[in-house]
Amino acid sequence: MRPGPGTYRVDGRIYASILGLLQRRPPLVRIVPLSGRYIPKPRDVVVGTVTDVQGTFWLLDIGAPRWTPLHMTGTPWKIDFGETEQYLHVGDAVVVAVESIEATGRIGVTMLGEGLGKLEGGTIATISPAKVPRVIGRSGSMIRTITTLTGCKVVVGQNGRVWVDGPAEGIIRVRECLRLIEEEGQRSGLTERIQAYLDSTSSPGSTHEHRSHVLEEIPHTSGPSREEEVRVPPPADDTEPARPGEGSEEEGGPDPAPGDDY
Amino acid sequence: MGSIGAKEVPVLLSPEGRRIDGRRLDELRALKITAGALHEADGSAYVEWGANKVMAAVYGPREVHPRHLQQNNKAIVQCRYNMAAFSVDERKRPGLDRRSQEISKVISEAFESVIFAEEYPRTSIDVYIEVLQANAGTRCAGIVAASVALADAGIPMVDLLPAVAVGKVAGEIALDLKKEEDNFGEADLPMALVPQSGRLVLLQMEGHMTAPELARALELGVRGCRSIYETMKQALRERYATGTGAEPQGAA
Repeated sequence: MRPGPGTYRVDGRIYASILGLLQRRPPLVRIVPLSGRYIPKPRDVVVGTVTDVQGTFWLLDIGAPRWTPLHMTGTPWKIDFGETEQYLHVGDAVVVAVESIEATGRIGVTMLGEGLGKLEGGTIATISPAKVPRVIGRSGSMIRTITTLTGCKVVVGQNGRVWVDGPAEGIIRVRECLRLIEEEGQRSGLTERIQAYLDSTSSPGSTHEHRSHVLEEIPHTSGPSREEEVRVPPPADDTEPARPGEGSEEEGGPDPAPGDDY
Repeated sequence: MGSIGAKEVPVLLSPEGRRIDGRRLDELRALKITAGALHEADGSAYVEWGANKVMAAVYGPREVHPRHLQQNNKAIVQCRYNMAAFSVDERKRPGLDRRSQEISKVISEAFESVIFAEEYPRTSIDVYIEVLQANAGTRCAGIVAASVALADAGIPMVDLLPAVAVGKVAGEIALDLKKEEDNFGEADLPMALVPQSGRLVLLQMEGHMTAPELARALELGVRGCRSIYETMKQALRERYATGTGAEPQGAA
């Protein structure tokens, strides 16, 4: 076994360097982080806001350790030097994809690609980047449930920034869903609880049509995700399940969990 | 600190070997750690250790301000230790003083030696330690809180960093001094241990000890640190206890 992300090796023993869940996928041992800032990876799609406008690029805040430049050549627009200000202003929201991480820590992003671009209107909510997979759900089941039941448009960035647009009341419900996921994301039956919340808050008035529309769709969207919640850990991967109180979820753990050393 | 000489020296050690609060020489004060006590910080922890109350918050890795402090091959670690004006019985004049500057520096250096700073070049990891109530050993309580907060912030480290002070009280080496023992004792020896390697990354001393006493103090301190280490890990487990044992689901 070799030390993967979130681990280090000393004298042939592998230790965790971050707090997280132990995962063994031969030949790698890695720690899946449970907390912390967003650490960019190539090909991640992220939601960011513009914090500065320069002659040839914009600076974005994507919640990463560094400000992130978006160069004008990485946009679908034909821009001359100095015209950047006509396209994006400070405070504007964008969806971009991470292209590269340099050794200096510099993050390269692009706006060229499907689903990327400027976001008009809406609002941005923030969740822990570690909870993003939970917001999306297996093959998008969770996010589908949320969007259909609230009638909102939602863009989930891998960086934990979630852009939401739709009726005001729908946005509030999406935010509440995100809060539930953030706080109870580790517990089972999450999709059911989100669905229960959304059902209990959907008012008969304006959202009625959504509701009737949704009643047909629920069985399809919730079916697979419920299964996913029950079947733990997923059989197809050899993930080490978290054993609370047993060192799998270990910070800096020299206390090498049994079998931690190779 | 305190006005030695003005007050009567209390009886620090009973004939039965009990200390002023009833502890034995090798006993720690009660330690309670809450990981993730603050919402806006990237990581945080609150520690109650005897009568000490300390809050720690971690921000980062993030952009360095001012820019010239930036290092192009690694992150810098900036700790700020601060005592609240109301943390001691005589009001402490707020703000930086020589003592808090020194403590901030030694704590920063201790953490620099355990954090994998090369992973985040040109960034800063900022650690704020606020002492809300002080009763001797606050730099150690601060290190314990900051260390749990760093883990909570997902910062890669060699290990957690338990810390404790050992002192000399009524001629005997005693673990984890409280205020009266610190004020009227003969020596104070705070230390921080990397349990993974057994290295000490912080060691200071005030007062006098003989060489054999120092050896005994180090041995006692390391044992204390190992016990504190368990409490720290437990605090993190409680914060991240998972009901199902499911790993976070894949995004695709």
